[in-house]
Amino acid sequence: MADLLLVLWTLLKILLVTVPIIVTVAFYTLAERKVIGYMQVRRGPMHIGPFGLLQPFADVFKMLFKELMVPANADRTLYVIAPLLSLAPALAAWAVVPFDEGIALSQIDAGLLYLLAMTSLGVYGVILAGWASNSKYAFLGAMRSAAQIVSYEIAMGFALVGVLIAAGTLNLEKIVLAQAGNLGPFEWFWWPLLPLFVIYFISGVAETNRAPFDVAEGESEIVAGFHVEYSGAAFAVFFLAEYANMILISFLAAILFMGGWLSPFQGLIPGFLGEPSPIWLAVKVVFFMFCFLWFRATFPRYRYDQIMRLGWKIFIPITIVWIAVIAVMVVGGVVERGV
Amino acid sequence: MPIETILFFALSTVLVIAAGAVVTLRNPVHAAMCLVLTFFTSSMLWVLLRAEFLAIALVLVYVGAVMVLFLFVVMMLDINTTPLREGFARYLPVGLLIAAIMAAQMIAVLGTQHFGFDRYAAPAAVVEGSNTEALGRLLYTQYVYPFEIAAVILLVAIVAAIALTHRRREGVKTQDPGKQTMVTKAERLRVVKVGSESKEGRGA
Repeated sequence: MADLLLVLWTLLKILLVTVPIIVTVAFYTLAERKVIGYMQVRRGPMHIGPFGLLQPFADVFKMLFKELMVPANADRTLYVIAPLLSLAPALAAWAVVPFDEGIALSQIDAGLLYLLAMTSLGVYGVILAGWASNSKYAFLGAMRSAAQIVSYEIAMGFALVGVLIAAGTLNLEKIVLAQAGNLGPFEWFWWPLLPLFVIYFISGVAETNRAPFDVAEGESEIVAGFHVEYSGAAFAVFFLAEYANMILISFLAAILFMGGWLSPFQGLIPGFLGEPSPIWLAVKVVFFMFCFLWFRATFPRYRYDQIMRLGWKIFIPITIVWIAVIAVMVVGGVVERGV
Repeated sequence: MPIETILFFALSTVLVIAAGAVVTLRNPVHAAMCLVLTFFTSSMLWVLLRAEFLAIALVLVYVGAVMVLFLFVVMMLDINTTPLREGFARYLPVGLLIAAIMAAQMIAVLGTQHFGFDRYAAPAAVVEGSNTEALGRLLYTQYVYPFEIAAVILLVAIVAAIALTHRRREGVKTQDPGKQTMVTKAERLRVVKVGSESKEGRGA
């Protein structure tokens, strides 16, 4: 009986995390169209609801009522499983993300490792979708995407090693608490780990296959890449996974480098603004989410060989050097280690 | 029945079925995916044993990296499975014999007569809380030399593999990014002055 209650309680907590994520994804797509619209001197969607605010629901219902096509000679089983394999890790990673001190689905001590493991699973959905569709464009997209994700995962992992050295723990909540101090933003890890912070966020953009690294979709050469054959709800699931991953990367950048829910005015201003609160976390996350859209509206797509060169020949050496630098800084007492 | 027991039997069933499917499925991509499932469920079993570091490392290394590259290769190859099955009947007795010997050996070595609960007490939790930290401490203090030597051997293997396959080919066009970024406007752009047609000039 106690076990059954535990299972039900855990399921309820999972719903409390995933449902807001899915709603956020819906409005993130609207925000994307609005932000890019205003950057290009247009208004974006305006007709459904006031200022187009109900547009995401119209999109969702349209997708759900479309026919699910399976191409001839496609591998039916893998074709159906592929979108689920890309969504499941994208949502599972949220299990260890803390939203405030003590508020997380699960506070495991190996949280950072768990996140790395879960984000490395997302590539299966992409590869299998490309292969199972039995389409040349989809296969090319899957190959590009797999090579890109595997390459940038290394730089991303090394950037996280830097955080690990500075914080002295793998627990995400303790990583945030290790950034607390009276100097406000200069106590946060973005300052001693500046190169790693920049590399982490750029690798995050590359990992989620977003512009300017979206060669996996490259609509000008390979139509839409790995999900070219997908329609209706299956396409919507890929969409959901991509945007959930973008929000996750924004959360992690805020938690690992920008002090999570800590206030930038800590010790400077008395009262609510100087206190740590989830509102600060939300502000930082929204900023990073905006950056994703900003990049997409600003940069032209990278050439494929330049993506590989950036990942292997620039990011990985810089991260290795900076890991040595931060280790020396921690041992020398320049950076205060731990909580 | 406690929830751990239910989970253990559910995961073990999936594990055994998936491992069997790896060797019986005809399609190599399906077999590779079953291997992924096998790794994943065995890592879940490790989580049940409270070895969370090993479990996550298994997913991270084998599922997240090794199997992705494996799948990459399997998809690129066009494997025709029919000739592989030609000698099936001929090799079946030999295969069965080898399987029987291996099973007998494993039962003899790993059977309950050596590892039963009457011989060993159920393992107590060696460390409180995180075994990631305990493992890290052991690796970098007590076992630092074996650990570093293993790392160097792996590095040598990587260098050797690259040295064996890397060669300069003739006639391959490559870009030098350094030169590309050093390009100046004068090298690429030629401004041609064209006399404008003024209103007065039109008539002339």
